[in-house]
Amino acid sequence: MGKLEGKVAFITGAARGQGRSHAVRLAQEGADIVAVDICAQIDSVPYPMATPEDLEQTVREVEALDRRIVASRADVRDLGALERAVADGVAQLGRLDIVLANAGIAPMGADDDPARAFADVVDVNLTGVWNTLRATAPVLVEQGDGGAIVITSSTAGLKGIGGDSPGGQGYTAAKHGVVGLMRSYAMTLGPQGIRVNTVHPTGVNTPMVVNDFMQKWLAEDPTVAGAMTNLMPVEMLEAVDISNAIVWLVSDDARYVTGVTLPVDAGFTAK
Amino acid sequence: MAGRVQGKVAFITGAARGQGRSHALRLAEEGADVIAVDLCGPIPTIEMYPPATEEDLAETVRQVEALDRRIVATKADVRDRGALEAAVAEGVAQLGRLDIVLANAGVFEIQPALEVGDDAWREMIDINLTGVWNTCRAGLPHLIEAGGGSIVLTSSTAGLKGTPNTVHYTAAKHGVVGIMRTLANEFAAQSIRVNSVHPTGVDTQMIMNPKTWGLFDPENPNPTREGAEPIFRSTNALPVPWVEPRDISNAVLFLVSDEARYITGVTLPVDAGYTVK
Ligand SMILES: NC(=O)c1ccc[n+]([C@@H]2O[C@H](COP(=O)([O-])OP(=O)(O)OC[C@H]3O[C@@H](n4cnc5c(N)ncnc54)[C@H](O)[C@@H]3O)[C@@H](O)[C@H]2O)c1
Ligand SMILES: NC(=O)c1ccc[n+]([C@@H]2O[C@H](COP(=O)([O-])OP(=O)(O)OC[C@H]3O[C@@H](n4cnc5c(N)ncnc54)[C@H](O)[C@@H]3O)[C@@H](O)[C@H]2O)c1
Repeated sequence: MGKLEGKVAFITGAARGQGRSHAVRLAQEGADIVAVDICAQIDSVPYPMATPEDLEQTVREVEALDRRIVASRADVRDLGALERAVADGVAQLGRLDIVLANAGIAPMGADDDPARAFADVVDVNLTGVWNTLRATAPVLVEQGDGGAIVITSSTAGLKGIGGDSPGGQGYTAAKHGVVGLMRSYAMTLGPQGIRVNTVHPTGVNTPMVVNDFMQKWLAEDPTVAGAMTNLMPVEMLEAVDISNAIVWLVSDDARYVTGVTLPVDAGFTAK
Repeated sequence: MAGRVQGKVAFITGAARGQGRSHALRLAEEGADVIAVDLCGPIPTIEMYPPATEEDLAETVRQVEALDRRIVATKADVRDRGALEAAVAEGVAQLGRLDIVLANAGVFEIQPALEVGDDAWREMIDINLTGVWNTCRAGLPHLIEAGGGSIVLTSSTAGLKGTPNTVHYTAAKHGVVGIMRTLANEFAAQSIRVNSVHPTGVDTQMIMNPKTWGLFDPENPNPTREGAEPIFRSTNALPVPWVEPRDISNAVLFLVSDEARYITGVTLPVDAGYTVK
């Protein structure tokens, strides 16, 4: 029997990368999934974002595990769209237990319009997380039997990495900012038995970093590349490594873990 | 189904009772064999709760064996590095290898700072700090030999935050984080991961005693578990007064398993939100 039998998880940015991996890992543990993704390009993002076909692939992989999934296109910058996706998912799957605020962008080096890159990354990576919690926390509170929220921050949420481009600065600021959101929600939702934690991955093998633009950016700025070295002898983690930490955090094995910043970073922040 | 630490061998200090026994059982349930040590005896300056006994350690052995796992148990003091090295060597000789080290043994005493005597200070630091280092020192050569491994040091919320009346305990538990961070850096290249866990109050004899209840319920001349409960509860963000040993074991199990293969150098609170409050 899975660790998450009978639970329902809402996941943002679920079309590919870590979000898809979380959907599949949670489904393997018995959870049903409510998945959203923008499935469209944001202009300041210099690498291709997910497509509708990517989201369909996530649906197929979850259904192949005999779990249910309700997937829709929604932008985390649009609170109303998130609320509708949550309402629709709860109507079809019956409840909500787990929330993974995973969607994010990394418009590093997109400096033709600096203010735009900064505003976009803060909108998606910080305000988008706030919207995700606003769309879901009331449902968990109303349901009355606890819940678990995990926000995907980054090692850039604990350290001053990300480089000196406007997008990189915005990325680091937003990823630090979600730690503040996590801590305040952990306090206010604690009495209701709702746990809130962040995970802080080092580089993960997903299309966000494994693309021509990012590889060029890393190669061109030796200070960034040097700062990206992990303590353990591993260059990049796999998405499933982050999913495994999240499965543990949202399961009853971690029933008294809340307010925690959990690095999954091969020792990056311990250097 | 194979367990989450199937075929691994874990060295656990303070395994006679409380969290140490719980760790031994939880890891054994998931397929590990155990090398267990405990002092099984009193410490002069720790007066507020009774010490573990040889019968306690024998009970841990019985319960691990009832799970069809092997256990090599020795009476040893974490202050005695030679005794720990001998216990680990004997365990490795019998069980074949070493993969996991849990530095869990520890003591607790409540004392206003200006009343902590030299002996009390020394015993606390010797056991809760030097004892943790001795445990790592005894285990590391075997982990290097095995080509990797995982170490978890049991600190406390007192390893992250200050609280009154525990200066020696808090100093030692903060020191444990220093050991963890250094070893995580020094042995990462050998694929040895080192992390610490930071429990809030755990339902063991260490805090389930009248003196500790009294600290949380100072008005009461005859403090009780029930009387202390609301104050314990008010220190956590989640609506629970304390957690169970098994909750810490589940965190330790996650950290030492392959699910956490890239987690190292981390201070992991298992504290119902105590440190965020
Ligand atoms: N890959 C890494 O190295 C790395 C490291 C640390 C943290 N992270 C974080 O992990 C999370 C997941 O990233 P990933 O590595 O899977 O990258 P990814 O680009 O493969 O996935 C991110 C997903 O989020 C979606 N998304 C982006 N903006 C959105 C919006 N406004 N509304 C809805 N969906 C949106 C994208 O379409 C994409 O499917 C992100 O928050 C990222 O910042 C990634
Ligand atoms: N109980 C709590 O509220 C709490 C909270 C945070 C951290 N901790 C820590 O958790 C660990 C386990 O404590 P517990 O709650 O299981 O208490 P416990 O008293 O039940 O267990 C501690 C064990 O360590 C053994 N020990 C003590 N000194 C030793 C020595 N010198 N050599 C070998 N063994 C020795 C004891 O005999 C005992 O069996 C300790 O490090 C403690 O500081 C406990």
